[in-house]
Amino acid sequence: MSDVLDKPRLVIRGRAVVPGIAEGEALVTRETISGWGGVNPMTGTVIESRHELRGQSFAGKVLVFPGAKGSSGWSSIFHMSKLRGASPVAMVFNIMTTKAALGAVVMRTPTVTECDQDPLDAIRTGDWLRVDGDAGTITVWDRKPG
Amino acid sequence: MVMLTDAEQAMLDGASGAATQKAMELLIRYADALGAERFVETNNVAGVPGSAPQWVKDYYAADGGDYRAVFSRFDLDSDEVVHVPRMNAFSCHLQGGMDPMLWQEQGMTAEAHDNFVSDEAEVAAHGIQILKTCTPYLAGNVPVMGEHCAWMESSAVVFANSVIGARTNCEGRESTSAAMLAKRIPDWGFHRDDFRKGQHSVDVQVPVDSIFEWGMLGYFVGDAVQDTIPVITGDISEASLIRHKHFGAAAASSGGVEMYHMVGITPEAPSVEVAFGDAPKGERFVYDAAARRRIYETLNSVGASEDVDYVMLGCPHYSIEQIAQVCALIEGRKVSPNSALWVFTSRAVKATADANGYTKILRDAGAYLMTDTCSAISQAVPKGTRVAALDSAKQVHYLPAMMGIEGWYGTTADCVEAACTGKWKGRLA
Repeated sequence: MSDVLDKPRLVIRGRAVVPGIAEGEALVTRETISGWGGVNPMTGTVIESRHELRGQSFAGKVLVFPGAKGSSGWSSIFHMSKLRGASPVAMVFNIMTTKAALGAVVMRTPTVTECDQDPLDAIRTGDWLRVDGDAGTITVWDRKPG
Repeated sequence: MVMLTDAEQAMLDGASGAATQKAMELLIRYADALGAERFVETNNVAGVPGSAPQWVKDYYAADGGDYRAVFSRFDLDSDEVVHVPRMNAFSCHLQGGMDPMLWQEQGMTAEAHDNFVSDEAEVAAHGIQILKTCTPYLAGNVPVMGEHCAWMESSAVVFANSVIGARTNCEGRESTSAAMLAKRIPDWGFHRDDFRKGQHSVDVQVPVDSIFEWGMLGYFVGDAVQDTIPVITGDISEASLIRHKHFGAAAASSGGVEMYHMVGITPEAPSVEVAFGDAPKGERFVYDAAARRRIYETLNSVGASEDVDYVMLGCPHYSIEQIAQVCALIEGRKVSPNSALWVFTSRAVKATADANGYTKILRDAGAYLMTDTCSAISQAVPKGTRVAALDSAKQVHYLPAMMGIEGWYGTTADCVEAACTGKWKGRLA
């Protein structure tokens, strides 16, 4: 029984950006994210006016988003969120930018991009994900297995 | 994997010291994340090296909790603390956390000021120029066309790429600090010819002929094209440094625009054909009267009360031309007792403002001319601020969200009027 429940819904393949393996609950947004001025690094909460995630925190989640935008402070804000224990445990994004790449590198969070299917369509908030930043895969369950 | 030259391999092997070795290690991880195949050399780097609020220093208390610890552990993302020598590249410090003189007016504590003074002494001792501005190109660092730079500050990056034709990605704190030592940055993005071509077009069908209009168009363009490169044609006139400065800052805030082409205006867009090159001409966006009104309403959607208790000008930092304009608007008037007016610029421009008597004109009117920072960067507004008025699309994008206040966007004249009367009367003409 548990084998059936534990079977992943899907495996997405992409390009590994930052190595390592991490698991967590997905937080998905179709809107690009500003770091500096868009996120409170002390809590990992999105603060940008009119953002669909406004008021929600990515702390401990796998952040699935189109890409980074806004200030060049993106990496340092996400880096500071790491110091506060409020960073995402892994990231999946579509659009490669210097902001998102550097942020992922200095947080040392397993990160995958250039996926073989659009992760914004394939992954829902609340799904359980394993992001493998060595192999470049994202394994998706409806809920945390086991 | 990024390929290294012999000189880069030597830096990675430690031939130039431990700090440069750590810098190369970080730059290689970064280049591999981007998918870059090589590095370019740069001798023009602008960032915020090593400066940190006290809580970040405290976080690294076990490593000494000092500038060296922060530079090693945070800026270079190193697992160990290394000796940090003078920087190797021409290196500039962008905006900082408070005015060096008016920090008490900004509500800063003596402890925060001591930390600021200590960081600044370290920055100077490491051979980093203390420009303390988001507009390095107005304070002594103007790159030339084609020059490879490694700059932070989205508004400066978009200006360097679009208006000057210099080449920089929107770098971050850690990559710029590393580049100051290694004089390298990944050869990716805007360093490469093919990346600099237009992707979408924007057709401007209403007159964009003032800094206020340029700012709204910039906000529209960023919202439309997000982080891609727009090719803008149509009814844009009276290009000038301050208009480009406002346009680019707005486009970088609402989207992630790091380069734009204005046909017949910016240097890499003599024609639509050259601006796009061989790239497909993506989507076409139209900026018409309805779009203009929609942008104005969006920028003013966080304003409700017309009782303005704070007016902030100088985002991006004001040029001497803009300070002169504000002085012409306010000379002989007074800031309302119910309001406040802070104007932000660089130390270099303030020196000219002092010589011209502008600093005194502002002070006599009850306003302050401040340097180094802005209300968003320092999260400093006059005590009790609930409603701010701003002439910057970028600042109205950020400040109300960061401070939990209301914000209005209008012309510089609307803002000076609000400062002197305490009432917002801005309207879209």
